[in-house]
Amino acid sequence: MNVAVIGATSGIAEAVARRFAKERARLFLAARNPAKLRAVADDLRVRGAVEIFVHQIDFADFAVHDALIAAVRERMPTLDVVLIAYGTLPDQKAIDRDPSAQVAAFTLNATSVISIASRFASLLEDQKSGTLAVIGSVAGDRGRRSNYVYGSAKAAVHAWCDGVRGRLERAGAAMVLIKPGWIDTAMTAHLAKGPLFMSADSAGAAIHAAITRRERVAYVPVWWRAISFALKMIPSSILARVSF
Amino acid sequence: MAPYESWGRFIASHPSSVVPLRWRDSLPPLSEGPYLAYGKGRSYGDSCLNNGGTLLDAAPLSRLIDFDRQRGIIHCEAGLTLDALLNVIVPTGWFVPVTPGTKFVTIGGCIANDVHGKNHHRAGTFGRHIVSLTLVRSDGNQLHCTPNENAELFAATIGGLGLTGVITTAEITLKSIASSDIDQEQIAFTSLEEWDALSGESDASHEYTVSWFDASRSPTRGVLFRGNHAAEGKGHAQRPSVSLPLRPFSIFLQPASMRLFNEAYFWANARRRGVHRVGFDPFFYPLDALANWNELYGKRGFVQYQCVIPTAAGLAPVTELLARIREVQSFLTVLKRFGSLPSPGMMSFPKEGVTVALDFPVGGPRLMPLLDDLDRLVAKAGGAVYPAKDARMSGESFKRFFPQWEAFARYIDPRFSSSFWRRVAYSGP
Repeated sequence: MNVAVIGATSGIAEAVARRFAKERARLFLAARNPAKLRAVADDLRVRGAVEIFVHQIDFADFAVHDALIAAVRERMPTLDVVLIAYGTLPDQKAIDRDPSAQVAAFTLNATSVISIASRFASLLEDQKSGTLAVIGSVAGDRGRRSNYVYGSAKAAVHAWCDGVRGRLERAGAAMVLIKPGWIDTAMTAHLAKGPLFMSADSAGAAIHAAITRRERVAYVPVWWRAISFALKMIPSSILARVSF
Repeated sequence: MAPYESWGRFIASHPSSVVPLRWRDSLPPLSEGPYLAYGKGRSYGDSCLNNGGTLLDAAPLSRLIDFDRQRGIIHCEAGLTLDALLNVIVPTGWFVPVTPGTKFVTIGGCIANDVHGKNHHRAGTFGRHIVSLTLVRSDGNQLHCTPNENAELFAATIGGLGLTGVITTAEITLKSIASSDIDQEQIAFTSLEEWDALSGESDASHEYTVSWFDASRSPTRGVLFRGNHAAEGKGHAQRPSVSLPLRPFSIFLQPASMRLFNEAYFWANARRRGVHRVGFDPFFYPLDALANWNELYGKRGFVQYQCVIPTAAGLAPVTELLARIREVQSFLTVLKRFGSLPSPGMMSFPKEGVTVALDFPVGGPRLMPLLDDLDRLVAKAGGAVYPAKDARMSGESFKRFFPQWEAFARYIDPRFSSSFWRRVAYSGP
C-alpha cells in the first residue's frame, strides 16, 4: 500500500500514519521542518513501514507544489491514500485588525491546500483508484467570532472537497473529508483542555478507520456532528452576541 | 483530557500550569520552574505531582527511534508506554527486560522510579537494562548519559524521581522470548515460613515469582504465582482494557466483603493445580483489564505502602508487620523476595530481602499512625519505603531510609522539584 502524508509532522497526521505503518505501508512524508520530519520517519519505520520517503517543503510556496507531486510520482507509481493534514490555527484576536495576517492564514489553510489537493485529485482521477483524505474542521461548519479566519478557510476546503468528490467517485476514486473537533495536539496547545478534547491517538484511530471505510464526511469524534448541526441552527442574530 | 492526577488520588493535583513536550530536540525553554516531567501518573502518591509548579507532559514524546532486531536493543523517546513498546517488540520475539504490574507507564517513569518486577531475583531493576539515556537540563544542555559518560548523572537519574531534569530518550536492552505466553503455576501456602521456603525454591526454578497474601488471617495464608516464558506457541491475543464508571462501587470495598473476596480468591487459586499456559497480559497485568481500577477506592482514594525488609533482619520484622496490619485491613497484600543484583541507580529502592506492598483505602483514624509505626519497624530492620508509592512518610523517615539523599541532591536540576521532594527533603532533621 502506498500512502502519501502531506503535513506529516502534525499531531493528527502522525497518529494516522502510525496505523498505516503498522499495516506495513510504503510512506511518503512531506513537511516543513526537516528535524521533526526525521523524528516522525524514524518512528514510522520502527513501527513497521516497509519503505519511507521524506520531502521537505514550504506549503506556502506555490512554486514548489509541482515538484512535490513529481517527487511523489517518482517514488510511488500508484497511490492508495493521500492524506492532506497541514494547517495553522491563528490567534484570532491577534489578527482581527491585521488583514495581511488574515490573508496569510487563509492562503495556507485554503488556497495552498486546494492547490496541492487539486493536483492529487487529478492524479487519482487519472489513476481511477485511491482515496484523497483532507483534514477540514468543525470550525468550517459555521463562522464564529473566536476563529472565523481559520473557519472560513476550512469552509472553502469543505466546499471544494464536496464538489471534487463527484469527479473522483465517477472515476472509481474516493474523497474523505475529515472534520475534527477539539483534538489535543500542538495546534491546540494554548487552549484550556476540557473533557470535550480527544487525544491525538484516538483521533488517529478514528481517522484511519474513516479512510479505510471511505466515509464521505467523518466527524472526529462522531458526536461533533450533532454539535455542528446545532451550531448551524443558531440564528445569526444570536451567534453575533456570543463570543465563542 | 487527563487531569494529571497520581494513581492513589489521595493527594490532590494542582499544578500552576502544564506544558506538553512534543519534540525531543526542541523542548520549550525551562527558564522558570519548578518543573517536573509527568508521564502517565501511575506513581501512587506525590512523586509525580508538582503542586504550584509546572508539569511537563511527556506523553507526546512517544516515538521510536531505532530497533536493533538482532541484538534486541530499542531506542525510543521517554514518553512511550510499555504498552505501545510491547505492541512493537512482542511480534518480533522480544520482551521488556523488567516490567511493573501495569503496562500503562512510560519508559521515563520506569527509569525515574527504577521500577522492579516479578523477575527482580533474576534481572534486578529496570535501570540495569538502560544502555544510555538523554537528559535535558534547565540550562538547555542535552546530555548523553551512560555508565561511562556523564556517569554520575546517569546514576542519579536512575531512581532519581525525575528531579535531575527531563529524560527525553533511552536505549534499552530487551529480553529474547520464544513465545509471548507464560507457563504459570500457582501454589497455596498457609504460613509465612512455608511461603519463605516455597519462594526460595521457586526463585531458583522460575523467572517470575510473586505472592498474594490474605493478611486478614493469622497465621497468614496465600498463593504464590510463578511463571516462565513458554518455550513455544504463537501466543494469546492481547487483551483489551476497559474503563468503567467504578466510583459508585467503592461501597463494596468494605472489610467484610474483602474477607469474602479473600476467602473466594484463596480457594479458587488453591484448587488450581499444574501448569497453565496464559497470555502475558493476565500474568503481568491482571489489573490493567480495568483501566481505572483505582476509582474503586472512591473519591477519597487510597494509599499504597511498599517497603523492603533486608535479608539480614530475618523474617521476624515481616511477621510483625503482617500482625500489625491485621487491625487496619490491607485490601491487597503482595510479597516478593528481592534478589541481590545491584542497581546502577543512586536512589534505587530495592535491596536484597523481602518486599511487602499493601493497599489501604483512605479514611479511619488508625491508618496514618499505623503507617508511621510501620516506618519505625522498617527503619529498625534497615529497610526502606518505596517513594513511588508513598504519599505520607515523614522527612525524618525518608532520610533514614535513604541516607544518600544529600549526595543525590547535588545532582538535582536547580529548576526541578516535586511535591514529594518538597515534602520529604525540606522537613525533619
